[in-house]
Amino acid sequence: MTTDTTRVPVELRTEALESILVERNLVDPKVMDTYIKMYEQDIGPMNGAKVVAKAWSDPEYKARLLEDGTASIAELGFKGPQGEHIVVKENTPDTHNVIVCTLCSCYPWPVLGLPPSWYKDPAYRSRMVREPRTLLSEMGLDVAGDVDIQVWDSSSEVRYLVLPQRPSGTEGMTEEELAGLVTRDAMVGVAEVAAPGEG
Amino acid sequence: MDTIADMGGMQGFGSVALTDPFDPPFHHEWERRAFALALLSMRVSGTNLDSFRHALARQHPRDYLADGYYGRWLKCAENLLTDSAIIAPGAVEARARKLAGEQVEEPATPEPNKPDYKPAAAGSIRPVEDPPRFVVGDRVVVKNISPTGHTRLARYVRGRSGTVAALRPAQVLPDTNAHFLGENPQHVYTVAFDSHELWGPEGESFTLNFDAYESYLEEAS
Repeated sequence: MTTDTTRVPVELRTEALESILVERNLVDPKVMDTYIKMYEQDIGPMNGAKVVAKAWSDPEYKARLLEDGTASIAELGFKGPQGEHIVVKENTPDTHNVIVCTLCSCYPWPVLGLPPSWYKDPAYRSRMVREPRTLLSEMGLDVAGDVDIQVWDSSSEVRYLVLPQRPSGTEGMTEEELAGLVTRDAMVGVAEVAAPGEG
Repeated sequence: MDTIADMGGMQGFGSVALTDPFDPPFHHEWERRAFALALLSMRVSGTNLDSFRHALARQHPRDYLADGYYGRWLKCAENLLTDSAIIAPGAVEARARKLAGEQVEEPATPEPNKPDYKPAAAGSIRPVEDPPRFVVGDRVVVKNISPTGHTRLARYVRGRSGTVAALRPAQVLPDTNAHFLGENPQHVYTVAFDSHELWGPEGESFTLNFDAYESYLEEAS
């Protein structure tokens, strides 16, 4: 097997593989387009934001979500690849949860879509299991010294989602308004949800 | 295999390059195509998600790191398709050079040789009749082994002691399934490790939770 792939640019190798598979009818470019569109437009952190906003608004839903993430998330219509078993971990004033996959890039696709580049990069994968407090601080999140940090390495088919703390000043907001505050980074656990006007 | 993909605790990769929270999943057209090709290559090559992850991990570290995430996905697709003899070794490079205008002889299309593999069901979760060997609160130690094939037993937890924090649904064992040697479904446990057990007394204090297949674990003595 050749290992020196740097000689041919990756753009060209991608085009080459597609042309080989398409001319032999092994891959349909329209099916490729469907996959791409699905993960660019339909499946992303806006799904997880709806889950979080509902949990903030409905204590019974939140209890169900923490007890059985997969089923409670499916209630909102979110399921599919990389979401076979989703566990939701709640951030509290005493505990901060953060997700990583040291071995590849496991990530809860139905609620967060495809992972951002930093989640897949060696720096994040290598350091989050060794010096989370330092790394989170570098990423802009200072976790107080008396807060317990729980790191979740996604080493099986279980996928994790962080339920961030609801910010103050959001008491009268609707679920839809709340969902607009929730970011992807907060649901991975590398940020908090900013109060309205502070983002 | 102890591969470049097993990155937990490695040092020297520097700081995390942050992006904005609304950064799109793809930044170049080729990344879109490589993503879809890699997903479809599993079906075309008659393989599975575990062999996909193994094909990602067993790349030469130079390839793994050369073209970022979707670069390694593309190489993974090439690995799977070459192993199942859907494409000949060197076929992608030859076609790429041809597309670039070079005079290149392309290798002949081989006779496909897909693995003798059929999943017992969709997904990875399976029922297991035997009761779980461990319960929440048990002290366990991770086996100190270095499997020669695919594994999800990361180096940084091998030989370390922790506490069972949760029982998860039983799942297909990646170590055998990646090589089409059977699904061997097992109970899966989230094991909580004190960070100092992993990195010594000087490091940060936190809890590391790692999902371990039952055969990775033993009772702590």
